[in-house]
Amino acid sequence: MPPLSSSPPPAPLAAEARHPVTIVLNGRRRSGHAHPRLLLSDFLRHELGAHGTHVGCEHGVCGACTVRIDGVASRACLTLAVQADGRRIDTVEGLADGNGGRMTALQEAFRRHHALQCGFCTAGILMSLSDYLDRNPKPTEEELRDMLSGHLCRCTGYAGIVRAVMDVTGGTAASQAHQPAEADHV
Amino acid sequence: MKPAPFDYLRPATLTEALAALAAGGDEARVIAGGQSLMPMLNMRLVQPRLLIDLGRLEELRTLTAEDGWLTVGAAVTQGQVLARPTLAQEVPLLAAALPWVGHFQTRNRGTLCGSVAHADPSAETPLCLVATGGEVVLRNAWRRRSVPAADFFLGPLTTVKAADEIVECVRFPLAKPGSGHAFREVSMRHGDFAIVACAATVDGGQATLAVGGVADRPSRRSWPLVDGGLPADLDEALNAFAWDLGGDDDQHATARYRRDLVRRIGRTVLEEALSCRR
Repeated sequence: MPPLSSSPPPAPLAAEARHPVTIVLNGRRRSGHAHPRLLLSDFLRHELGAHGTHVGCEHGVCGACTVRIDGVASRACLTLAVQADGRRIDTVEGLADGNGGRMTALQEAFRRHHALQCGFCTAGILMSLSDYLDRNPKPTEEELRDMLSGHLCRCTGYAGIVRAVMDVTGGTAASQAHQPAEADHV
Repeated sequence: MKPAPFDYLRPATLTEALAALAAGGDEARVIAGGQSLMPMLNMRLVQPRLLIDLGRLEELRTLTAEDGWLTVGAAVTQGQVLARPTLAQEVPLLAAALPWVGHFQTRNRGTLCGSVAHADPSAETPLCLVATGGEVVLRNAWRRRSVPAADFFLGPLTTVKAADEIVECVRFPLAKPGSGHAFREVSMRHGDFAIVACAATVDGGQATLAVGGVADRPSRRSWPLVDGGLPADLDEALNAFAWDLGGDDDQHATARYRRDLVRRIGRTVLEEALSCRR
């Protein structure tokens, strides 16, 4: 391997300065400024005011901050805002936007099946599902539960979440028998 | 839970990245997928002065199977490798183990090379690399060198990689006809760190068991097959291996429980590898 040219490496973005970051957030171009150490989750919430993305553990375990980066479900807390520069970021706010302002079928199913209680984990789970179901439109319950292992929900025990997904994908959940009658929740 | 301040560089070429790393010395770190490094940064367990982002370098997107090796570049994610339709034929052990690496959402960004460079003793990718006899290709601004996986890991989060080197790619030997492979692990939650992970290969009259999560690095031991089967004294051999690994108690499991898992899961994966030979 020949030795490298002696040209100096390009200058990095300085730690103490805020740098322009532009993303396409839910189809709209949005710009803000970020120190290099700013997490994408904090950039969305504090710089762009997009509070739909929640912040839980901040080390990638809980899944609350999951967003789609160029379509791919990822932890916003394990991504720097400067790394997202120029990328397409989709968050929970964009789901209804892309559906004529109405909740998507999956969101409706979440409501119908009590797939959320406090709702803190819900935004992340919906964004994971929006990517996952694009790739695997009819998962088995086992596959779905494996994917959901990347999210912590302390309210539902996941049964309602599994039922909601199976409802919209046409699958059957082992826990379907416990589904409340329609009249119970209209 | 916010990183300490650092400068951030997104080089346009690998040459630029390596020059910056050479200049940055011990105070520079590279990031690709960030699924191991970002938690460390958030918890301030590492506080580099300069972060060099390899994630967008096309030169590191190599994913090829040729000349007997599956070569995975530093910017290739676990999700991309898992989605490779031919993976189960090429490196069946990796196809079995990758679903255990983190979760769907972290595999979308996490890289195999990053996991190898991070060198967590319980991580699946280093274990598979050691189990299959793979190698790690290191590169700095001046030279490239290749290190057998068995020599690469020195201890928890410690490898032979110098501060001015990156893991350019990792290479897994392609599975030979007639070989068998199996993987299992026990963890608190699927996708969490393994309490014990076991990878077995049976190939050419030899059975090999590699264990992660017990010793300070992935470790392996081989036994010759006897009349095409596992040795009659396998239980004693596994017991000796389990003790030699020298695991410790921690908040997840006792050393005794870990030894028991090595004995039980070790036998299970060896039997599975033997019976699934193609």
